[in-house]
Amino acid sequence: MSGEEVNVVWLGSPTFPKAAHTALQDTQLRRNLKHATTTIRDKRLRAVAELDDWETLRLAGSQIKDRVMRHLEEYLLQLEASVTAAGGVVHWAQDARQANRIVTELVRAKGATEVVKIKSMATQEIGLNEALQDEGIEATETDLAELIVQLNDDRPSHILVPAIHRNRTEIRDIFRREMGKHGIPAPDGLTDEPRVLAEAARVHLREKFLRATVAVSGANFACADTGTVGVVESEGNGRMCLTLPETLITVMGIEKVLPSFADLEVFLQLLPRSSTAERMNPYTSLWTGVTPGDGPREFHLILLDNGRTKTLADTAGRSALHCIRCSACLNVCPVYERTGGRSYGSVYPGPIGAVLTPQLVGVGTSEHADSLPFASTLCGACYDACPVRIDIPEMLVHLRAKVVDSHRGGLPKPEALAMKGAQVVFGSPRRLALAERLGAVAGRIVGLGGGKWLPGPAKKWTGARDVPVPARESFRTWWRKAGRG
Amino acid sequence: MSAPTPADSAEAKAAILGRIRSALRDVPRDERPEEVEVTREYVDSHVSGDAGAVVDLFVERVEDYRATVTRVTEADAPAEIARILADKGIQSLVVPPAFPEGLLAGYQGSRLSDDPPLTPAELDASDAVITLAAQGIALTGTIVLDAGPGQGRRALSLVPDLHLCVVRAWQVAPDVPPAIRALIPDRPTTFISGPSATSDIELDRVEGVHGPRTLAVVLISD
Repeated sequence: MSGEEVNVVWLGSPTFPKAAHTALQDTQLRRNLKHATTTIRDKRLRAVAELDDWETLRLAGSQIKDRVMRHLEEYLLQLEASVTAAGGVVHWAQDARQANRIVTELVRAKGATEVVKIKSMATQEIGLNEALQDEGIEATETDLAELIVQLNDDRPSHILVPAIHRNRTEIRDIFRREMGKHGIPAPDGLTDEPRVLAEAARVHLREKFLRATVAVSGANFACADTGTVGVVESEGNGRMCLTLPETLITVMGIEKVLPSFADLEVFLQLLPRSSTAERMNPYTSLWTGVTPGDGPREFHLILLDNGRTKTLADTAGRSALHCIRCSACLNVCPVYERTGGRSYGSVYPGPIGAVLTPQLVGVGTSEHADSLPFASTLCGACYDACPVRIDIPEMLVHLRAKVVDSHRGGLPKPEALAMKGAQVVFGSPRRLALAERLGAVAGRIVGLGGGKWLPGPAKKWTGARDVPVPARESFRTWWRKAGRG
Repeated sequence: MSAPTPADSAEAKAAILGRIRSALRDVPRDERPEEVEVTREYVDSHVSGDAGAVVDLFVERVEDYRATVTRVTEADAPAEIARILADKGIQSLVVPPAFPEGLLAGYQGSRLSDDPPLTPAELDASDAVITLAAQGIALTGTIVLDAGPGQGRRALSLVPDLHLCVVRAWQVAPDVPPAIRALIPDRPTTFISGPSATSDIELDRVEGVHGPRTLAVVLISD
């Protein structure tokens, strides 16, 4: 796989409706998802309800991000200067290929053939593990869920809990089958109890932590004024990677910069409660460059564009870059709950993925990415849950329009024809009255057939929906009969 | 694949910054960052009540993570620390540089000094570590370490399976904003909220993955 082709979406992904159709047949998957999303939704509501100023925190979070985006150049230059002054090295990467090349060369320069990794969306986005593998370097994911996904050669299905689509028995089987191929095998008599499975992962990974010389991480935020970089996590695998190896390489999207260290007071309240629904996640690490005698001797920060400046250019889509990757929008989404993350065919699934993926890739360049803005009922639950107030529903509508615009010319789709027809009908009261009377007649006919489906090009639409039976009498007819006309 | 040169990085930087500039043509050239409004109307602390109430909440919230908290006076601290370590069967204890000698007066087991630095394998073979803290956060039940005196480097409080952390009541901040203000940004800082945990399997919380599986807090107040 060459770096250039890797960009957010998984190659050869079917469009969302096709992928969702397959996913919906998987009853085990639906059960796993239903259980997981319901659990975390309730927990998040409780965690958020504890703070009576939640809405003002959300507003501040959104405004800080807005400030960053409008002055991104200034903040990135300030961050570069602060990190450099603290003993770190800053690199710039325009795309996945450049970022992977920088990481590969840094690892090679250390003479390492393996690296330990902290769960990171940015490195998933650029396909770093595959790029390293092509160069003979083994990257081991150390987050429990990422390890499960990696051992099974699977794809992640959630931003926070990537193995949410697997239940405990499936995970036990993966550990039994795969752990031995990559290091210390699962112990005999491994049960499917989560505590026992976590213990197997602890033993399997510990020897790798103790001998690793290079670690790769992402970043949750980086403060421009101090050069401080932060990672939030739960398991301690992050601390292992950030502390034990001699060299640390952090790949960070350019939108993750924050104006100042003081802004952490907002994001360290918003993120844990929205993400794992805890008052605070178990571990948060903050580091500034290199500290002699404590942690890595070398720190490299790679600032990654990879489509972000494209997203920045669209004023109506720009705020998708505010995302702090908490995954609250996935957990509340009725579409995600039923189809799961892999149907989105992207590193970023769920509502945020439906707005971020097509923008990072570019609207009109891939049939698959273009299908994502339509993977929503526009119910608005994602907007309510978003800790930085990204108006995902409005952005979905905006992107739908862009997708339609990008397909103008050529044969019109049935949808476009229907809209044209509607324009003619709604354009004149006389035509509308006629249409209503025809509708009433159609209602009687459709009603006879049970009212489930329509023929012809509309069949595709009714394949997934019931047709509401039109009223047997139009409103105008009723109004006249009631003697009020 | 040829190695990227400094010129490559400079070229990438110029290209990215150029694209940012053209993407932001709608932003007035003379707009300063501070002119983009940020309304900080959120509260500085969600905790009401006096210092005693703050400390009580800290204890409640740390215990909520299934960590243990033992409240003692300064005078009773050495005996209490020794009792906890004995109860847990600790034979080898990692002691960071500048940890107060007096607090370990009752401990009989062997000590591992980090001067010269212990190897990761030596840390892994130890039973426990004892550290001081930089501060606590009541609302979130968090302990903050910043590698200051008596805390040691970050690896010390990570690799051993039991972390005994000594916090003084006056160190407990009520909430996140005052705690952030008290941090020293260039110190390597770790927020610890309970023992390491995962919810990766069916979102079922399991305590103890890679970090210490047991977190014991000794809270000293007079």
